[in-house]
Amino acid sequence: MAAAESYPDDLKYHSEHDWARVDSDEATLGITWFAQDALGELVHYEPPEPGQTVTRGEPYGEVESVKAVSDVIAPLSGEVIEVNGKIVDAPETVNDDPYGEGWLVRIRLSDPSEADSLLDAEAYKQVLAEQ
Amino acid sequence: MQTLAQTPLHARHVALGARMVPFAGWEMPVQYAGVIAEHRTVRTDCGVFDVSHMGELEVEGPHAHDLLQGLLSNDLARVEVGGAQYTLLTNERGGIVDDLIVYRLERCRYLLIVNAANARDDYQWLKEREVRGSDVRDLSAECALLAVQGPRSIERLGLDDAPAFTFAAGEIDGIECMVNRTGYTGERGVELLAATEDAGALWDAVLARGAVPCGLGARDTLRLEVCYPLHGNDITPETDAISAGLGWVCALDTDFTGADELRRIKAEGPARRLAAFVMRERAIPRSGMAIAEGGEVTSGSLSPMLDVGIGMGYVPTAHAEPGRSITIDVRGRPRRAEVVKKPIYKREESM
Repeated sequence: MAAAESYPDDLKYHSEHDWARVDSDEATLGITWFAQDALGELVHYEPPEPGQTVTRGEPYGEVESVKAVSDVIAPLSGEVIEVNGKIVDAPETVNDDPYGEGWLVRIRLSDPSEADSLLDAEAYKQVLAEQ
Repeated sequence: MQTLAQTPLHARHVALGARMVPFAGWEMPVQYAGVIAEHRTVRTDCGVFDVSHMGELEVEGPHAHDLLQGLLSNDLARVEVGGAQYTLLTNERGGIVDDLIVYRLERCRYLLIVNAANARDDYQWLKEREVRGSDVRDLSAECALLAVQGPRSIERLGLDDAPAFTFAAGEIDGIECMVNRTGYTGERGVELLAATEDAGALWDAVLARGAVPCGLGARDTLRLEVCYPLHGNDITPETDAISAGLGWVCALDTDFTGADELRRIKAEGPARRLAAFVMRERAIPRSGMAIAEGGEVTSGSLSPMLDVGIGMGYVPTAHAEPGRSITIDVRGRPRRAEVVKKPIYKREESM
């Protein structure tokens, strides 16, 4: 069942509809409720390889619904330390729980200070309101 | 900016929470609950699609038959009053101007139901070739069309069985309509043609009988699973019927526009063919992707019934045989697929 719209306060957001949960020099990344809703039921996740470098503002993977393909944009830079294999097998998990079970990758941050430039939940909701 | 046209059911789609998208100049519902759920409903029960954006052209007169026989690829002489036929409007090069279904309403009166994107061009094409004794009219604005499709559709609508590609005047809960035994999903079902002003009442009656509203997203995946070509993607004015595997709707012993060219292509053998394929590696093919062996994908999606990437595309004839391995360029990643016999999805035999 699709999740209800929400933007948790403990996350940081990128205006390309990605979130980061920062934990010292690591972060868990995913796509926001808005992104999964816009795409519809996800049917494919093309993840990066562990060890791959991701760059803030650049795509690091792809998610697909029946009708559309979307790049997933990295909100922060770093090295992939874990890919959520559950999403590869059951991409619809992202629709069910975009901020929990639906996380996409964990990365080791190359520059933790980048997190300061991300949006908080209120600022991200403002971005959505202006769309 | 072009204003999008709306079908008479627009407000109902919005009220049902449909996601509305631009399609062929119309604002149409792409999905309600979700493409996959809608798709499975049509395969197992009954769904309804608003396809009122499609065009309806009427050709009437003592020379209507001759006009159409000379413009359409299939043999119109095989269609009796009350019958329908899948056919192609072809150009001089044997290319496909449109694919459509022609219904013989009366001995000298035919209805053509055509693709929305081509309705205006088709009308112009016919109008320019109209002869004395044939009158071509565009009835699109007066017509609403609902496709009710799925194994339980006939039962849910309270209709009697009838052979495919026939039609009759009928009614659903008192609303008069033309009941056409045609569709674009590979399932049993009907297409109900009604007057625009009756569209809302007909839609409501069909929903009350348990049909689930379905959008263009499911319509596309349903037709792709059974390898029905989509005009503008799989077949175009630049592709010919023989290469597209539509030789069976070309009466090459009759004369119609482009028949000479099609006879030549058939005799020589087409250089490429429209093949159906299933991904053997995890990936979803999409229209426009290159095929390493030559050619490109013209339709691609995830099959909701098979849960695997499927598609169609033109490949060199040597690679078009079922069982051949081809490689799709999925945004820079080579992914293997296998050419399969059409249709990709075959309904299990059931009563």
